Amino acid sequence: MKFYFLLGALLWSTLGFTQNCTYTLSGYVIDLHDQSTLNQATIIVAGSEEAVTTDTDGKYIITGLCEATYTLQVSHPACETQAVRVTVRGNTTRNINMEHHLESLGDVQVTGHAHELKSKTGTETIVDHQILESSSAASLGDALRQLSGVSSLNTGNTVVKPVIQGLHSSRVVLITDGTRLQDQEWGAEHAPNIDVNAAGEVTVIKGAAGLQYGGDAIGGTIVIEPETIPVKDTLYGRTIVTGASNGRGGSITSSLTKSFNNGWYGGVNGTYKRFGDFETPDYILSNTAMSEKDVALRVGVNRYRFGIEGSYSIFDKESGILRSSHLGGAEDLVVAINSDEPFVVNDFTYEINQPRQDVRHQIAKLNGLYRFENLGKLTAQVDYQRNNRLEFDIRRDSEDTRPSIDLQLETFTATADFDYTADNTVTAKFGVLGRYREHFPDPITGVRRLIPDYEAFDFGVYALGSKQLNQWTFEGGARFDYNQINAEKFYLTSVWEERSFDQSFPEFEVEEIGNQIFTRPEFSYSNFSATAGVGYDFDGDYSLSANYALASRAPNVSELFSDGLHQSAARIELGDLSFNQEVAHKFSLNFTRTEENWQFAIAPFASFINDFILIEPTDLRQTIRGNFQVWEYRQTEARLLGFDIDNEVRLRENLTLKNQFSLVKGQDLTLDDALINMPATNTRNSITYSLPEVSNLRFMLESNYVFRQNEFPDNNFEITLPATDDQVVVDVSTPPDAYHLINFRGDIDFALGNKSNLNLGLMVNNMFNTSYREYLNRQRYFADDLGRNVLLQIKINY
Amino acid sequence: MYIFKTILTHAVKNIPHKFLKQTIMKNLKNLLLLGTLAIFTISCGDDDDGTPEVINEEEVITTVRLTLTPDSGSVVTLLAVDSDGEGPNPPVLTVSGSLAANTSYSGDIVFLNETESPAEDITTEVEDEADEHQVFYLASDGLNVTTTYNDTDEDGNPLGLDITVATGDASTGTFTVVLRHEPSKPNDGTLAGAGGETDVQAVFTDVTIE
Repeated sequence: MKFYFLLGALLWSTLGFTQNCTYTLSGYVIDLHDQSTLNQATIIVAGSEEAVTTDTDGKYIITGLCEATYTLQVSHPACETQAVRVTVRGNTTRNINMEHHLESLGDVQVTGHAHELKSKTGTETIVDHQILESSSAASLGDALRQLSGVSSLNTGNTVVKPVIQGLHSSRVVLITDGTRLQDQEWGAEHAPNIDVNAAGEVTVIKGAAGLQYGGDAIGGTIVIEPETIPVKDTLYGRTIVTGASNGRGGSITSSLTKSFNNGWYGGVNGTYKRFGDFETPDYILSNTAMSEKDVALRVGVNRYRFGIEGSYSIFDKESGILRSSHLGGAEDLVVAINSDEPFVVNDFTYEINQPRQDVRHQIAKLNGLYRFENLGKLTAQVDYQRNNRLEFDIRRDSEDTRPSIDLQLETFTATADFDYTADNTVTAKFGVLGRYREHFPDPITGVRRLIPDYEAFDFGVYALGSKQLNQWTFEGGARFDYNQINAEKFYLTSVWEERSFDQSFPEFEVEEIGNQIFTRPEFSYSNFSATAGVGYDFDGDYSLSANYALASRAPNVSELFSDGLHQSAARIELGDLSFNQEVAHKFSLNFTRTEENWQFAIAPFASFINDFILIEPTDLRQTIRGNFQVWEYRQTEARLLGFDIDNEVRLRENLTLKNQFSLVKGQDLTLDDALINMPATNTRNSITYSLPEVSNLRFMLESNYVFRQNEFPDNNFEITLPATDDQVVVDVSTPPDAYHLINFRGDIDFALGNKSNLNLGLMVNNMFNTSYREYLNRQRYFADDLGRNVLLQIKINY
Repeated sequence: MYIFKTILTHAVKNIPHKFLKQTIMKNLKNLLLLGTLAIFTISCGDDDDGTPEVINEEEVITTVRLTLTPDSGSVVTLLAVDSDGEGPNPPVLTVSGSLAANTSYSGDIVFLNETESPAEDITTEVEDEADEHQVFYLASDGLNVTTTYNDTDEDGNPLGLDITVATGDASTGTFTVVLRHEPSKPNDGTLAGAGGETDVQAVFTDVTIE
């Protein structure tokens, strides 16, 4: 290398002797983002101070140059000024790339930025910045369920798991800042380990059209991206303080970002939340207090051609689980279901006792990108995630403070993606992924492991592209994933034999220890997924798109390995080692009208899932603790049909009506019966009145009506109560009644100097203190949902 | 193919030396630090090489033994054993013999976890946390039996490890033993009124008084 430098220097100096200053340097100044040319760019030759300006085509010509190396200072009103070194040898052509800033990025108060569609023809929705901020004291799930087609599966009100068009858990992929979250998402009572305040923008792709994120997103993908940091010398931040009457607590979140002209930047974001016991209209929900501490840091450099970013985040949340939801067997369940009020109602407290969850998720990431002129962008990333999940049950010995579940999942991922951007009418993206996961359930619990020790390897490769032809857009993509899982698990010998695994999987058996058998189950799955779509833009404001997505999902660890009592559900759950992957075919249509005063979207879909894995009661098992219902995973043919409607009408300059309606119907085609836990039809309607002239004063009144779920499988069962010998039906199936909640939101802006502003907001949720129970809340058997909640929020941007 | 070739050519030709020099070299220290940190975090992870250790369920009760001793006559033992705990095998319940009519028995109950060796005596745990437990004894309508508590917790509420079982005239019926954790105390003596969660429920059918 050194040799070439020397040689170059020698040649250059030789050429220097024949000084001839008649050469021209010409070229175009080009916007790196979309390859458009920039006019009105000024180029100054350092030393001579000769200045030229690009013409309307973005072209410049500098004459009278010698054969030498010059430094040019290039500036443009919408770009950061940069210095470029050019070696002139004869008449030289040289294009200069500049990064054209979006106007909104320069604005300290980022109210939104140019959204890049994740899928051109799939159905996707973006979460409003305002929804994210008003959910600052709540959770990501609470923010997302305000979208049409998104609901939530709750365990109480602090564990909120997003459900996309009826599907959740392993069928929903969560991408946070380019990293696929690996936080034991298989569990119905595991909420995503994400701080809602760290999200700059959230996109929900309904269905598997987002192939770049994974091929197993049968339900959909939630993409969380942090705020884009501008390349300029600036320091800004945001603080939101929220106080809430229900739970008598609140949250504080602050972020601070510093960036420099040279592209370096750094940001920090911290959140602290603390709530005591929440309340229904009539009683306190004892042991539902929560505490959350999150920190996210990032440091990077964003130059024109390349960028590197390192980031680290920690999410730590402790939530109490309603005391009355902790049960023995079916006899206890009968008593709890038949009682109007929970058994344990204590005085309000901030204490978090057993049963409780304590989860901690850490992500460390290193990401680099390089832009190729006229070609595209190459991104590479390595990340490490560590998820620690502790669940504390009530133990017989209350001095025993050990958790009953202690899981650690470590994930290492490396990805490389290439994004072709040279042609505005074409997008093309391809990438590869390698992932290694290691799961370690700590034996100190003294409770048999819910999920076994395992190692898993994933490999994925995809290609995805779209082409725009006049009013038509065509999209297509394919992905292949290989998953391997090697587990080490102890089965109760009685379970191993009852399930006939001793006959179907003798090769997994290692040795028998007492009444347990040690096994090494090993599986591998090859999954193929694909998407194809077409869109058409009508003249004017209408567009229509149709998309087909094929997704394959390998069974998760819970579906494969569950083999015993799930304490928090008071039921015995049984997985099946013989499962193969689920394959979903989803057809979706999206018709939108985007006119200034009336925006309208209707998105119907039909999804057919082969070998859909579901868990359902099959039996009642006698144990010395009483009778427990046995829930077994099984595979079936499923069909989901539904549609989402979004409507926004601007009646007058300052009066807006919004309407959302979502419906989904799930059917088990094999049994010809409804699928369990499908979200009920619901509609959300709001009226917003704003007075921009009075400090941006805004009022919103919202009505949220949730219908009763009338389609559900009958899983009720009968038991004999020991005391009275009575035969009673345990009604675990009947959904609760419909409910109607009215919410209010008002906010006003105040300027603080010329760079900062303050926003004061008042929110009232469940204004009329309505008592209700939600079908998708796992605690609906035991207690009502939340009563009125008055929140006061102060937001300062500086 | 063309695209790959172009990328490669580009990468080789155009990744500026300045970039390598300034950015990577200047930040090599930081990168190394980050790398070290990552390795440190990783190596701090629990070491689980080799075979995972077997867990003998500590929270399970496999055995309930109620010994009824009369002043004179033969001892009757009610035994419930569920050796696989929550597993599919149902508990095995045995009653050693018939109870004598119009007799007073002193009852003594023992809870064991026999998956551990030696078996763990859970009765002492119940005794130590008497205020959080209560054993309920329930006879079906047909069975002429009354049970009285001889022991209390520190608050003076019944516990039920030491009882007296008084039989009446000859009859047959079901006798149920239930251990409840964290019931409301005091309570009305019914399971529904007591609440809490069931740790043990042994239903002895066909208990005979002759």
